[in-house]
Amino acid sequence: MNKNLIITGLVIFVLAVLSPFWFNIVTTTQAAPEPELLGKAKTEKKCVLDKYDMRANHMSLLDEWRDAVVRDADRQYDAANGKSFGMSLSTGENSCLGCHEDKAKFCDTCHTYASVDPYCWDCHTNPKEIE
Amino acid sequence: MMENNRRRFLKVAGIAAIGLGASPAISFASSDAHGAAVAVKRKNKEALSAHRWGMVIDTNKITDEIVEKIIDACHKTHNVPDFNHEVDEEKYPETRPVNHKQEVKWIWEEEFHNAFPDKEDEFLAERFHDLPFLVTCNHCKNPPCVQACPTQATFKREDGIVLMDFHRCIGCRFCMAACPFGARSFNFRDPRPFVEEIDPRFPTRSKGVVEKCNLCAERLALGEQPHCVEASEGAIVVGDLDDPESEVRALLNEHYTIRRKQSLGTEPSVYYVM
Amino acid sequence: MLEIAIKGSKNYWLWLVFLLVVMGAGTIAYLDQFMNGLMTTGMSRDVSWGFYIANFTFLVGVAAGGVMVVIPYYLHNYEKFHRITILGEFLAVGALIMCLLFIVVDLGQPIRMLNVLLYPSPKSMLFYDMLVLNGYLFLNIVIGWKVLEAERNQVEPPSWTKPLIYLSIPFAIGIHTVTAYLYCGLPGRGFWLTAILAPRFLASAFAAGPAFLIILCYIIRKFTKFDPGWDAMQTLSKIVCWAIIANLFFFLCEVFVVYYSNIPGHKVHIQYLLFGYHGYTALVPWMWTSLTLMATGAIFLLIPQLRNNKTLLPISCAMIFFGAWIDKGLGMISGGFVPSPLHHVTEYGPTGPEIMITLGVYATGFLVITILYKLATQVKEEVRG
Repeated sequence: MNKNLIITGLVIFVLAVLSPFWFNIVTTTQAAPEPELLGKAKTEKKCVLDKYDMRANHMSLLDEWRDAVVRDADRQYDAANGKSFGMSLSTGENSCLGCHEDKAKFCDTCHTYASVDPYCWDCHTNPKEIE
Repeated sequence: MMENNRRRFLKVAGIAAIGLGASPAISFASSDAHGAAVAVKRKNKEALSAHRWGMVIDTNKITDEIVEKIIDACHKTHNVPDFNHEVDEEKYPETRPVNHKQEVKWIWEEEFHNAFPDKEDEFLAERFHDLPFLVTCNHCKNPPCVQACPTQATFKREDGIVLMDFHRCIGCRFCMAACPFGARSFNFRDPRPFVEEIDPRFPTRSKGVVEKCNLCAERLALGEQPHCVEASEGAIVVGDLDDPESEVRALLNEHYTIRRKQSLGTEPSVYYVM
Repeated sequence: MLEIAIKGSKNYWLWLVFLLVVMGAGTIAYLDQFMNGLMTTGMSRDVSWGFYIANFTFLVGVAAGGVMVVIPYYLHNYEKFHRITILGEFLAVGALIMCLLFIVVDLGQPIRMLNVLLYPSPKSMLFYDMLVLNGYLFLNIVIGWKVLEAERNQVEPPSWTKPLIYLSIPFAIGIHTVTAYLYCGLPGRGFWLTAILAPRFLASAFAAGPAFLIILCYIIRKFTKFDPGWDAMQTLSKIVCWAIIANLFFFLCEVFVVYYSNIPGHKVHIQYLLFGYHGYTALVPWMWTSLTLMATGAIFLLIPQLRNNKTLLPISCAMIFFGAWIDKGLGMISGGFVPSPLHHVTEYGPTGPEIMITLGVYATGFLVITILYKLATQVKEEVRG
């Protein structure tokens, strides 16, 4: 009886552990959306880091930036590619949103797809959202 | 033998983990394809700087009207919530009633005996009785709040400004107990419903963090004077206390000034011309 | 050994279910606080710490009080404490778990809690408090468990537990000293700014902790076959007696200093607590109740005939325990914040949700204590049987 119990338990455990796969079998998955480059960002072509680096590491870069701005009062970033940026999410022409004009199409599409919910916008404001 | 292997594995894994922790995960400086140029973080060219920022408030020039203007300018531009503001029900449905004791303020008005409780005097000149005294964070030279903070979320910058890192604050409120000037406010709730018009140039705060006057660090970085100075019609001057040639030092030289609770040794950087 | 905990009488299970229900209610109240912020509490800009931190402070004392059985037994070979030492250690475990939970529920951003480890700040007393509290918790779990296990197997405890036991003694003193240092190192708070705060905390801890232990001994005698021993309880009650007298004496010293020196910044707080300030008197009845309870309890324990009375002893202990709880839980924290540094008076009282969360934390601690005591008493019964 003990043996049966253990085996049943194990089967349930394995089934539970593999639940993401079952979930994917019964639901349809979509391809990852491409962030849309609009306006200035489209013509500019050059960001702080190259595209792939940016995709992989933008969160660490932003983390480094916020420490620099808040704690060291450094607000300018002269990138290795020779361009200068304001280390800010949303204030000024030189900030992230200054160039990537549409937050919904640039930030949110990927974040929603990847189901991450960064708390940046709990405090920071997208100037275009305020009318 | 088994035991030995496992032990060795754990040892190596442990050392590897320490090594990982010590080196930064990625280095942006060297991420350029050519590997030659290095990224640099620097201050704005137009930024104002000082060795030790300080403030002089001329109580002779302060009127009720100016006080109101100053508070308004500071609180509006820093998105400080106003609990008297009527909440937009459509945007923030089911907002619970406020507890006014949980208010947030950066700069506000006090009577003399509250601003300077250790200088209370029954024969105090009548003029001072009726004067509005503006109080705010003193940006102390020896800030007890900085000493108390368990995460260095509040810290003293090189130029003497005592600042809050809202990203790092865990909301333990030790700094509020430590501050002898009641300068700090805690966000007992999400402040956004109580901000009439959000100024996108400055972040709002989230619930659960402490906030206070930042001496307009964001303005100084742009080469501009703090909002209170601009709104004060000359009653407030901000400058470098360590520079004998500065305007604040000239004022301190010419006038008799007092500071709040000097005997505690925190060395406030806000002076009041009497 | 843990299997002992899942075999018990109906009463045992009823009690556990009751605790789980209270914990559930506390969790619901906490979820609301977690989503909406500390606005659900009675705390304010002026009184920025309340019931949570007050109960935390009190329970650090209860945890430290466990050392009052460890010192006589391990340092002075006082054999009569042999049977209750484990009870003292397990009480400390339960109390410390409550302490840590109280800190967590008090945080505005509990998710960022580990920032304390990520950015260690050796100038902050909270940093050291975290170290000693976790250290003492760890020590008590290891020591209690290993010693009990050895007893069950009827062998000597492993020799490496000895140095840990000795280490736990300074840790016990340390947790309450550092907790007092949180308060007494703040320049603008006249009520706490006194070098006697740490000794006073320790005195009330060494009264409240053992007093609670005596009450627990009574409960154990009623519900299990294990007898902690009347002699041990008598010795404990003498410890409680002198500790509470020391506590009252220290408070008297405070009262003398503030009233005779007449320095307003120090005097106002005690004035507020004992007599009210500008018509604000919320805590006055509480403080006098506390003083009466502690003083009466001390007298009851001082007179041998009364101390030896088996019906009166738990009552005296309960009086001292609740007296000390009011003193630390209501007076100590609020008293420091009222009046504010700008001499405004904002009174404080906990709200319903705040009390519910507090009860939930207490229920969690009692659940841990119940299970650990179940293990300890059963093992001791087995060994004797």
